[in-house]
Amino acid sequence: MTSIGTGYDLSASTYSPDGRIFQVEYANKAVENSGTAIGLRVKDGIILAVEKLVHSKLLIPEANRRIQTLDRHLGLATAGLLADGRQLADKARDESANFRDSFRSPAPVKYIADRLGSYVQVYTLYSSVRPFGISTIIGGVDQDGPSLFVIEPSGVFFGYHGAAVGKGRQLAKTELEKLKLSELSMRQAVFEAARIIYLVHDDSKEKTFELEMSWIGDETNGLHVPVPKDLLAEAEQRAKAELEDFE
Amino acid sequence: MFRNTYDSDNTVFSPQGRLHQVEYALEAVKQGSAAVGLRSKTHSILLALKRSTGELASYQQKMFRIDDHVGIAIAGLTSDARVLSNFMRQQAMSSKMAFNRPIPVNRLVSAIADKAQVNTQEYGRRPYGVGFLVIGQDQSGPHLYEFSPSGNSYEYYAMSIGARSQSAKTYLEKHYESFADCSLEDLIQHGLHALRETLQQDKDLNVNNTSIGIVGAPSTHEKTTGVSFRILEGETIQPFLDTMVPKDAPAPAAAPAASTDEDVQMAE
Amino acid sequence: MDHFPTNWGRPRNDAFDAYGTYPISQRPYNGPTTDAFSDGIQHTQQPIVTGTSVLAIKYKDGIMMAADNLASYGSLARFKDIQRLHPVGNNTVIGAGGDMSDFQYIQALLDQLMIEEFTEQDGHSLGPSEIHEYLSHVMYSRRSKMDPLWNSLIVGGFKDEKRFLSYVDLLGTTYSASTLATGYGSYIAQPLLRKAVEGNEDVLTEDEAVKILEQSMKVLFYRDARSLNKYQIAKITADGVSVSESRSVETHWSFAEGIRGYGAQTQ
Repeated sequence: MTSIGTGYDLSASTYSPDGRIFQVEYANKAVENSGTAIGLRVKDGIILAVEKLVHSKLLIPEANRRIQTLDRHLGLATAGLLADGRQLADKARDESANFRDSFRSPAPVKYIADRLGSYVQVYTLYSSVRPFGISTIIGGVDQDGPSLFVIEPSGVFFGYHGAAVGKGRQLAKTELEKLKLSELSMRQAVFEAARIIYLVHDDSKEKTFELEMSWIGDETNGLHVPVPKDLLAEAEQRAKAELEDFE
Repeated sequence: MFRNTYDSDNTVFSPQGRLHQVEYALEAVKQGSAAVGLRSKTHSILLALKRSTGELASYQQKMFRIDDHVGIAIAGLTSDARVLSNFMRQQAMSSKMAFNRPIPVNRLVSAIADKAQVNTQEYGRRPYGVGFLVIGQDQSGPHLYEFSPSGNSYEYYAMSIGARSQSAKTYLEKHYESFADCSLEDLIQHGLHALRETLQQDKDLNVNNTSIGIVGAPSTHEKTTGVSFRILEGETIQPFLDTMVPKDAPAPAAAPAASTDEDVQMAE
Repeated sequence: MDHFPTNWGRPRNDAFDAYGTYPISQRPYNGPTTDAFSDGIQHTQQPIVTGTSVLAIKYKDGIMMAADNLASYGSLARFKDIQRLHPVGNNTVIGAGGDMSDFQYIQALLDQLMIEEFTEQDGHSLGPSEIHEYLSHVMYSRRSKMDPLWNSLIVGGFKDEKRFLSYVDLLGTTYSASTLATGYGSYIAQPLLRKAVEGNEDVLTEDEAVKILEQSMKVLFYRDARSLNKYQIAKITADGVSVSESRSVETHWSFAEGIRGYGAQTQ
């Protein structure tokens, strides 16, 4: 990398001579170091799934969640610095509450993604702050049905049918592209999401992991809640079985 | 000590996406003496090793009461701990005031974690230089959390922080599966054994250098009847010290104090 | 010589700055010298659109509450399809008398509170006693600002196998009892409720509880000029919260023909 030692990579407020902002690129590196997170937008809802790397066996399973709830109808999964993710989720809850306060109705997913994109972008402007070290998947169901967005450390956001961030995102994207997302039911999507997370997890290099999933849609009355335990267990079982066939 | 270009403040990512200032703050936690926490189905406990600067000095304070149902043990900068524990007390009191409800322990821990995160992203302040073990009991039972200056917090079956805490961790990892059904006395015994692993060769746990924090029903060795958080110090811990199994030469050789970078975990 | 460059080339008459040569902050001010608030601020002194009584009792399985569907504008029966029993989460109902816009504000406040609780997703939830405690602080702090929320509220709930029934009003006053009534109902219905319920909280069945409330709502409709023979009943039990469809009771008004001011005027 040509950036190191040039002095152009020490602040978010500095461009390099070829017009790059290295601090933002380094923030993306922080994202790549973390477990994969994916989001699926299907016909009647949204599925979020993360590969939660378990750094100690003393951790209590299921207690330390990486998927967060922003509002009744909104969920968020991050890859990167976990603490940054919590901060952004707090901001998102504020935005959602403000929208409700102004309009007495739940905020559209795109509105929240837009506001968060702008917020994240501000942290790429100044030397007094660092960019967010996270890529964020935000999913929800609003008046226009389910929608899914990804916000990058640079502040850009795009809408997706299927999204993947974190270490295994390339492989996950390839897998997502094979699916006919707009035809899947939420239940089918839960199985697919579990399968993809199990597939992208690199057993040889990585510590053990825990699959964490949540969903929003017709199955949940429009609420963002964790996927029920029995369904999660079934999805994990299928994912493991398919992985063995695959190998 | 070596230096690198990307470690002088906390608003700079290294090319690898790391935050060196935050990692150094985690090192500050390791400068403090060790604290150990354990959880059973009925109790959460803390044990901490107190240092004294000399014969004429008192021992440091390693544990703080936050509310009736919550207490913490610290490792690192005590002054930072006092700021954060005051904040925790305020949060606990405001929950009591607004809802007449003891604050759920996880929310208390998240509150300080979120506060600590800000100091890892904005210029002008350093990250906190202290780690906590937080125990508490709420509607969902007893809990044990670790808080660290990176703004992360996790819930554990058992955990240790501070100097040579890796040795205690090794002990805990070996035994944690039995903790759930332990009596309070057995849990404390495990805790003392784990804490002992962090001592230097010629040192031993005694009534002066050990603190025990408990939430849950009292032991027969205690005088209280309440279940709320209490700190045992001085002569009151002698009965518990007496339960320890002497660490003889033939005892299973404790793992060497493993590589120290083991618990530097910024990402996630 | 004036060495201050900003003072050079100024018109002779500084009070009339025709060319806007001064920075905005230094320009002469020609606007009104008072604003809309210069006489002070007047806070709410009376409710505007109002609901009347709310009734609530304890019974064997939990709490039952009743309130009619009327929101009056003074003595005008202005809105006849207003729900005054509002579920908050899965264990609580609040019933409101008094100013309906203040009540709607309280609903929004509690809705946001419950969303915040929901987003934690940690298994903890606010029950009726926590909601009542919170409301009492809201009501008291507003009255201490001399700007009260003009309501009397009943909070009923069932959580962890325990019934909860408590009252809070615009002054921040709170109390609990096994029967509660607000507004006109506190004069007319409360004695009836006490007689029927006190001592029987643990034996009254759901049907009996409904009968007691029906009877009281009927009496209130006869006596309270701001009431409506269209009301809802809420129950909160171990199974959760349910608010009924609107219903009415049979009443007979032939006697009223003889009352001056009601029937045909005969001077």
